[in-house]
Amino acid sequence: MDIGHLLIIAVASILVNNFVLSRFLGLCPYIGVSKQLDSAIGMGMAVIFVMTMASLSTWIIYTYLLAPATSIWKVDLTYLRTISFILVIAALVQLVEMVLQKLVPTLYRSLGIYLPLITTNCAVLGVTVLNIDKRFGFVESVVQGFTAGVGFTLALVLMAGIREKLDLADIPKPLQGIPIAFIVAGIMSIAFLGFSGLVTE
Amino acid sequence: MSSEILIPILSIGGLGLIFGVGLALAAKRFAVKVDPRVEKVLEVLPGANCGACGYPGCLGFAEAVVAEKAPVDGCVAGGAGVAQKIGEIMGREVGEGIKRIAFVQCQGGRDQARGKYIYQGLESCGAATLISGGPKACRYGCLGFGDCVRACPFEAIRMGEGGIPVVDDARCTGCGFCVQACPRGIITLLPVSQQVFVGCMSKDRAAVVKKACSVGCIGCGLCAKKCPQEAITIKDNYPWFDYDKCTNCGICVWVCPTKAIVDKVKARPKASIGTGCTGCEICKEVCPTKAISGEKDQRHQVDMEKCIGCGLCFERCPVKAIDMVGALGWVEKKRGAA
Repeated sequence: MDIGHLLIIAVASILVNNFVLSRFLGLCPYIGVSKQLDSAIGMGMAVIFVMTMASLSTWIIYTYLLAPATSIWKVDLTYLRTISFILVIAALVQLVEMVLQKLVPTLYRSLGIYLPLITTNCAVLGVTVLNIDKRFGFVESVVQGFTAGVGFTLALVLMAGIREKLDLADIPKPLQGIPIAFIVAGIMSIAFLGFSGLVTE
Repeated sequence: MSSEILIPILSIGGLGLIFGVGLALAAKRFAVKVDPRVEKVLEVLPGANCGACGYPGCLGFAEAVVAEKAPVDGCVAGGAGVAQKIGEIMGREVGEGIKRIAFVQCQGGRDQARGKYIYQGLESCGAATLISGGPKACRYGCLGFGDCVRACPFEAIRMGEGGIPVVDDARCTGCGFCVQACPRGIITLLPVSQQVFVGCMSKDRAAVVKKACSVGCIGCGLCAKKCPQEAITIKDNYPWFDYDKCTNCGICVWVCPTKAIVDKVKARPKASIGTGCTGCEICKEVCPTKAISGEKDQRHQVDMEKCIGCGLCFERCPVKAIDMVGALGWVEKKRGAA
């Protein structure tokens, strides 16, 4: 495990396999929270935070509970991966919310609305499942979780910037609002395809 | 065999139990003492987070109310109903507030107002007004790019046919966001009961107004002269309404030579003189449109074509022989107000 390897994971999940634009995960907040730059940044920070924490805790659950079950109890528990991960993420978000409300009220205020939204976000579940699928180690998982969040934030912030400009553009009536946002999302996705081949996994 | 069922159940159940207990403990450990009234107040608020109260969102307002920093009736969007409920929670009496809604004080659409130049730029009033005062000849006129429509959090404003915004009275909560958004300042908050208002903001001289717009106020002062309540004063070539005095009689609407005064009443009632008439001629004198005729000491008649339903005769008749017919609820409203 060297820095170069982690760097490749980071570049891969920020640019090449961007969670929104290449894997098409977390499209709901991508369209829903990208109307203003401020809220996009808020949402992005919350996602980075939750994805890192989720990668960390689900890796522990999987490696020390679900995976060893085969050798200890002779029962394969890996099919419980999805449901237990959802459980972990939901509980984690709840806990984080409580802790923030008590200890860092200002951060709780700014993230407040977005934290519960993330609980069942498919991008968060996606990153944890991918960690396991790729047989990542602990540090690799956390790095992938963090950088996947960074990639999500990048896509969200870019989109918000474009949509703020789109608000002032002369757009045909049927395309105003969400439709033009979808078209922009498609074009951005094609643009991000340009990164493919940068990192071979 | 049974272990294949038991172990998954136990492990997921165990995880759930651990998380549950953990969260319960955390909830105790990290409990933040919140005044239960905040939650109650938050429940009765509209929840649009419009910010018209001046606080960041409904939660901010709820906290301020409970901390007694904000007035109980501070929620503009919720109106009197919400103020009442908050008052109950806070154990305080609430006075009846007057509900205000947005009125657009310009009627100069594409057909009425002359343009100054052809504008091709950002579809925004704020941007258009920066270029030589906007593409309309009138420097007070509505630009029609819909900054107010976009600003409205309640979808109560839509762009009308001629490029003049139309307010949906039922949806408007009087939050005042459109008032702030309009670079021309032609949207005003007026009492919801107000039916007659000046549909123009121009303080220009008559010659200038006439060149720019066919429905502009030329400041002639006829309305001020004819107003029976003396609710209108002319200053800066503009009729200033005293909305406390105005009775919505509609005489100013009738008298205005450029139709710059707007009447929101769709169908006004007509006066009808009953058999109780003693022929005193008071109504005849008071009628601004000379719609009443008749000899002294004989029952008078109303010319329905001329009657504008102002109700002056109705108010002045000493024997209460005049009735206003044709518009349901009008008489009751008038009597209730008097």
